Amino acid sequence: MAEITLENVTYIYGKGAPYEMRALDDVSLTFRSGEVTGLIGHTGSGKSTLVQMLNGLLRPDSGKVLLDGKDIWEDPKKIQQIRFQVGLVMQYPEYQLFDETVEADISFGPKNMGLAPEKIKEAVARAAQFAGLAPELLKKSPFDLSGGQKRRAALAGIMAMEPAVLVLDEPAAGLDPGGRREILGRIREYQRESGANVIIVSHSMEDMALYCDRVLVMENGRLVMSGTPAQVFSQADALIAVGLDVPQITRVARALQDVGVDIGLDIYTVKFAAQRLLSGREAHEG
Amino acid sequence: MSVIINAEHISYSYPADEAERPVEALRDVSFSVAEGEFVAILGHNGCGKSTLAKILCMILQPGEGTLSIDGKDMTADDITEEDINQGRRKVGMVFQNPDNQLVATIVEEDVAFGPENLGYPPEKIRRRVDWALETVGMTKYARHATHRLSGGQKQRVAIAGAIAMHRKCIIFDESTAMLDPHGRKEVMDTITRLNREEGITVIHITHYMNEATMADRVLVMQKGGIIMEGKPAEVFSRTEELWAAGLDVPQTTELLWHVRRAGYDVALDIFDPEKCAAEIARALKGTAHGRDNT
Repeated sequence: MAEITLENVTYIYGKGAPYEMRALDDVSLTFRSGEVTGLIGHTGSGKSTLVQMLNGLLRPDSGKVLLDGKDIWEDPKKIQQIRFQVGLVMQYPEYQLFDETVEADISFGPKNMGLAPEKIKEAVARAAQFAGLAPELLKKSPFDLSGGQKRRAALAGIMAMEPAVLVLDEPAAGLDPGGRREILGRIREYQRESGANVIIVSHSMEDMALYCDRVLVMENGRLVMSGTPAQVFSQADALIAVGLDVPQITRVARALQDVGVDIGLDIYTVKFAAQRLLSGREAHEG
Repeated sequence: MSVIINAEHISYSYPADEAERPVEALRDVSFSVAEGEFVAILGHNGCGKSTLAKILCMILQPGEGTLSIDGKDMTADDITEEDINQGRRKVGMVFQNPDNQLVATIVEEDVAFGPENLGYPPEKIRRRVDWALETVGMTKYARHATHRLSGGQKQRVAIAGAIAMHRKCIIFDESTAMLDPHGRKEVMDTITRLNREEGITVIHITHYMNEATMADRVLVMQKGGIIMEGKPAEVFSRTEELWAAGLDVPQTTELLWHVRRAGYDVALDIFDPEKCAAEIARALKGTAHGRDNT
């Protein structure tokens, strides 16, 4: 079990300075274990700040962050323990990679968790395989890797700790479509097998629609919408109003309705659209 | 129209690390780009796109083959350092990470960096910087601190820096990959404006199929070679081949593909949601009423 709850969390950048900005404004929500939750919102909506609350990189100015009902800041000296349970994969892998070899980099987490050397080796091998890193890359410097490989190495470094809560900020940015599907598919699989609580921040509505059970929408430091992908994406106008984009296929569904072909507006994947559109409508040969 | 870039039979391998063999990144790549053209390059991670980009702006030298920039053979035996520098001044590059390519703390100083290094007189630098910022729509941020800008704004400043040096061609190496939808639109609008209004040649490397639909021509790369080439409509109509190459097509094309497979006569090369809906409505009604209307 690993449920994270935010209770009335407020966070202000540059408090008292002229640039003071309320990044989170009285946010209360729960990320349930056994689910993949998608977090969306345009740049500056507060989602990255929120993500940094979850493993204690930032501390709320007011309000509480609870992990399984326990305030993570109850004993600030033990905040490191929280980070073994809540793994955060950052948007730019360069911010997170640091060691001389990929292997050493991935070992860092399990080593700090106090695992025995052979357990560390196992964890590294498993994590590298999970992230799709070829064994020969393990001896390289993380800085000699391609952009896509760096992303995979950063992911492996977190997966080696097998976190009960996995938070990923744009896990597939910069990957080609095949790589996106592979990485997101594996994350989904990990969630199913381990029952982990997975939180994905992404700008890709298409990915959100395909891989998330629930979608939360942030705007101006507040939570403004939540629901299943179908519930959220069917409110296209509201999403566009907060500066977000809806999947192209959702726009097609709206346009179809306008020309008298109603397949509903809760359309967010092409397969689903095709099913709705074509069921009972197979054209006859000739 | 004159040819700005002409690549013939270019190959490149990264040199061997200790005990490893060289890694082949490009194999026998030939293509040319006309001045004023907008070319998109698609392909897997590791297919050689970025290597090609680095060769075109002469960060890397091709192992084999010839590369001409604006009619000058950059791979000729008698090429001088000065010739190569001339070539580099014609082709610029904008990278992926908005945080890795700005060098100054103030927007206009960053844009002035290139022209200053070319030794332009101050009044000319001023003119170039003002023009470049105007062109990317960042004039009102001229005196702002670069680190406080959004990702899309940072990329536009990087573009201003590239065009301030009078470049004829700019290569965008996944310059939209790290941006949110808003930032991506800002950058794509800027790129298309540069191309249409300023006549700057654009080579845009991307994983976003919708961005590729805006280009005049699309090149698809796989395993270090070019496997498809044509107008976006032609390339995306080869839907199944693209899928086989591990790439996507725009969602409109994918839906039309399903509709076609169900036995309806529809085009695949439609990228606009409204036009796609109209095409589907036409096809569905066509079968019901014997294709009489619209």
